[in-house]
Amino acid sequence: MTEQTTIAAISTPMGTGGVGIIRISGENAFSVADRIFKAYSSIKMIDSDGYRAHFGRVFEGEKALDEAICLVFKAPKSYTGENVVEINCHGGIFLTKKVLKLVLENGAVPAMPGEFTKRAFLNGKMDLSEAESVMTLISAQGEQGINAAYNLLEGSLSKKISEINETLLSTAAHISAWVDYPDEEIEDIDNNKMQYIINTAICGISELLDKYDSGIAVTTGVEAAIVGKPNVGKSTLMNLLSGYDKSIVTEIEGTTRDVVEETINLDGCILRISDTAGMRETDDIVEKIGVERSRQKLERAAIIFALFDSSNELTEEDYELIKLCKGKTVVPVINKTDLESKIDKEYIENELGKVIEISAKCGNGYNEFCETVTTILGTKNFDTTSAMLANERQRLCCEKALSSLRDAKSALDCGLTLDAIEICIDDAISSLLELTGQRASEAVVDEVFRQFCVGK
Amino acid sequence: MEYFAKDYDVIVIGAGHAGIEAALASARLGCNTCIFTINLDWVGNMPCNPSIGGTSKGHLVREIDALGGEMGKAADANTLQSRMLNLGKGPAVHSLRAQIDRRNYSGYMKHTLERQENLDLRQAEIVEIKYTENNKMQLKTHLEALYTAKCVILATGTFLSGKVYVGDVSFESGPDGMFPANKLGASLKELGLPLRRFKTGTPSRVNRRSVNYSILELQNGDDRIVPFSFDNKYDIKNKLPCYVTYTNLDTKDVILKNLHRSPLYSGKIDGKGPRYCPSIEDKIVRFAEKERHQIFIEPCGEDTEEMYLQGLSSSLPEDVQLQFIHTIPGLENAETMRTAYAIEYDCVDPLALKASLEFNDYEGLFGAGQFNGSSGYEEAAAQGLVAGINAARKVKALEPVIFERSNSYIGTLVDDLVTKGCSDPYRMMTSRSEYRLLLRQDSADRRLTPIGHEIGLISDERYEKFLHKLELIAHEKERVSKVVISPSEELNNMLVSRETSPLVTGVRMTELLKRPQLNYDLLAPFDKDRPDLPYEIFEQVEIDTKYDGYIKRQQAQINEMHRLEVKLLPENIDYNSIIGLRLEAREKLTKVRPQNIGQASRISGVSPSDISVLLIYLEKERRND
Repeated sequence: MTEQTTIAAISTPMGTGGVGIIRISGENAFSVADRIFKAYSSIKMIDSDGYRAHFGRVFEGEKALDEAICLVFKAPKSYTGENVVEINCHGGIFLTKKVLKLVLENGAVPAMPGEFTKRAFLNGKMDLSEAESVMTLISAQGEQGINAAYNLLEGSLSKKISEINETLLSTAAHISAWVDYPDEEIEDIDNNKMQYIINTAICGISELLDKYDSGIAVTTGVEAAIVGKPNVGKSTLMNLLSGYDKSIVTEIEGTTRDVVEETINLDGCILRISDTAGMRETDDIVEKIGVERSRQKLERAAIIFALFDSSNELTEEDYELIKLCKGKTVVPVINKTDLESKIDKEYIENELGKVIEISAKCGNGYNEFCETVTTILGTKNFDTTSAMLANERQRLCCEKALSSLRDAKSALDCGLTLDAIEICIDDAISSLLELTGQRASEAVVDEVFRQFCVGK
Repeated sequence: MEYFAKDYDVIVIGAGHAGIEAALASARLGCNTCIFTINLDWVGNMPCNPSIGGTSKGHLVREIDALGGEMGKAADANTLQSRMLNLGKGPAVHSLRAQIDRRNYSGYMKHTLERQENLDLRQAEIVEIKYTENNKMQLKTHLEALYTAKCVILATGTFLSGKVYVGDVSFESGPDGMFPANKLGASLKELGLPLRRFKTGTPSRVNRRSVNYSILELQNGDDRIVPFSFDNKYDIKNKLPCYVTYTNLDTKDVILKNLHRSPLYSGKIDGKGPRYCPSIEDKIVRFAEKERHQIFIEPCGEDTEEMYLQGLSSSLPEDVQLQFIHTIPGLENAETMRTAYAIEYDCVDPLALKASLEFNDYEGLFGAGQFNGSSGYEEAAAQGLVAGINAARKVKALEPVIFERSNSYIGTLVDDLVTKGCSDPYRMMTSRSEYRLLLRQDSADRRLTPIGHEIGLISDERYEKFLHKLELIAHEKERVSKVVISPSEELNNMLVSRETSPLVTGVRMTELLKRPQLNYDLLAPFDKDRPDLPYEIFEQVEIDTKYDGYIKRQQAQINEMHRLEVKLLPENIDYNSIIGLRLEAREKLTKVRPQNIGQASRISGVSPSDISVLLIYLEKERRND
């Protein structure tokens, strides 16, 4: 079987492991990787030899997301027998999922249950005796998938999807009845109404997609890092947020030598917060490693809390930190407001945006801090019982539906005939029905007979 | 006393729309063929309605013609009125429909069969089918003549154990008062075919003299008539109009008061009726909020005063029918000539068939038309053509020809029937085709004539003409992609009047044709060197240009599906022995026996992981060989 698609999936267990691996397999694996990964050596994966590792960075557009190592396997010398790239990035669900999302946006499709193994077998990478175990494996994973789909049917996501789908189906059925039964006095299709229905569906699906990232923040959490120069009060903030003394707090600079991690729930938003070692030039070997780790954490956190000391003027280290944080998702926080203010607040606001003033020690400004964080992460007012996409496959189905609906909209806007619009709507319905395993044309036909009085 | 009469390559049972195409295809492909009918005077009868075509059915007729079938030509030769439906709704759904002179159509078909080389037309009722020792089939007529054949095509329509219902009266009958085929059903059951009962119906016919036309809406045919046949030789004219009227609250009242006398509501009929073709009492009950239903009054022929009342199909008692007909404007004094009736008949579960329309378990036995659970003349003819072609190929030991969803409505129809089955009589609809922007009625020849030629049903002469048409299309496309149209006051005025933006610099004509608001005619004054070409050439170029993006979109989907269609599943596969298939998938696959992975993926109850398991199984088998 010549597979044309290039597939991708996270191949490490979901959790906070040290390393997350995204595996890409298929003819276009290298070009997909090249679109999001730039090796420091400037070698392109497509030009790389097999069995090579490349150190570099993963980019989202212009923005570097994380440092990573790309392993290149050339067909047929790979697990699946196809071109394979494995992107090893720093672990953590948020980051790994984010890299997968990038991969999927750049030409790969989500792998089906057992698909890597299936391809490995079909490409002759496995012994015949393994065939049956592969079939059993795929079947078992497929069964899980089906159970997941059934669960989906119950939830608020399915309600939301059916809501969108029902209006689309009824529109498709209307067009279809109007077309297939021209003698039956079926009401003409009103362009404005059509526009409204398509726009509403676009909004509904976009909303689901927009919430996808926030949903992850709510369900699985996002990486957050507290950074700042030594003794600015990072650990005090950490303790304030986590509600107990996790980090050892002293007056001595450099007390936190390694990254202290904690999962906290901030108004319903799960943060995996790292309290980092204060960033400064140091000769202490242990502290030096800690500082280096802080930098890494800062690089790949989904949100950064940059701490400044209200009672002192901005130092070289502060300026350095501001430079590092620029362009990232950052909440600038001025701590120690219980002391006399000497800091140039205006400068920070100009560089990093609105500043939150707190006293981590007394707890002043805590509410404002929470409010800002949840607003930035989109989890403020996020209703956890509302419809949420649970995985990449669902997200992709919605993306496909959205793109079909946009085609329908542009066909409608430029005045093309309804047959062209209808096939786009049908495609959108198909993509949404894929989530529940139905087929579009049957659904439309059934709807025609249910709704319209037609026949001779 | 039984006697041996004759041996044939192919025998077709039934000379309706399916049987005719089957017999002609088989004979034209060089097989010695015989077609049997219960009544020679009604070959190709239209007992249901006097028209051919309509939405998506018109597509089927044009496809049949593009493949060298007869229906389109016969319709063109006997047209009373022609209309292209759905103009303005987009080229994918333009559909041709013609009112047909019923008696002349039948005569045309009978004569065509009679003149066909290799073909015998015989009046006889087949009462028994059985396999002989040399793996042929032996057929017995009611007069005890024995015929043998390598292939037999069942195209029994509504004759098979037919039973007519009018109110509380019911009797064994075929359509239009003909004899039913009562004994064949028992013989087929004995063979083990999965038979079941479906029902259909037809409205009353009234005398033209008794209709008050002065108050009715007139419906005329099109000025520019498009023939069904791409090879039309007839001068088609609109000869007779149709009329429109409506039921009203009085009609509703009469029907509701007498509903208990309908055999459908009293439970006498248990055959499954078509959802799309409900009786008037059905429509009134199911759509209670509708105050009126549209009725078309259609001519049945030039030499008859019978008029067909489309929309008034019913199985209520005769006295109730007369009563409700008289409530309708224009029909107050209508004289009924034939009473509406429902007819129940035996047909087969099409899941027992392959896409070639041969039975999975009965070598050489094919089914076509209503017998396969479909409804409609056009659906029947399409299947007849498929069965006829494949029976002939079987005789000649050639691979069957399978039409695909991606190349035709014919392929979609057959695939739907043999893959998904049907729980009520199956009617074609444009929405059943996911590729309908490609499967347009205007492009049927481009999609299928090369296949028809390869099969041997399209003559070299007609094929040459077709190739010439393709050449003209290609040249014209190239020309419009080069012609530059410059802005002028006249042009810009026209553009603005069509609500599209005026030109600042010259653009290629292709760009203007892409705009939905514009067409070939509007651009004529600005396209000075336009060659003098037939309308259909311009039409093809315009559609190809305007819908280019959407056509490509569908083509991409077809390519995707095609990867699965080429993976063939062996016929003798034992799904119960395949590890990893879910129980439901095993049952469905065993029943449907799909020919390829693509077909398997369309069976409801077969999941993507089942498909993966099948792929692995196929690979395993391949390596084992």
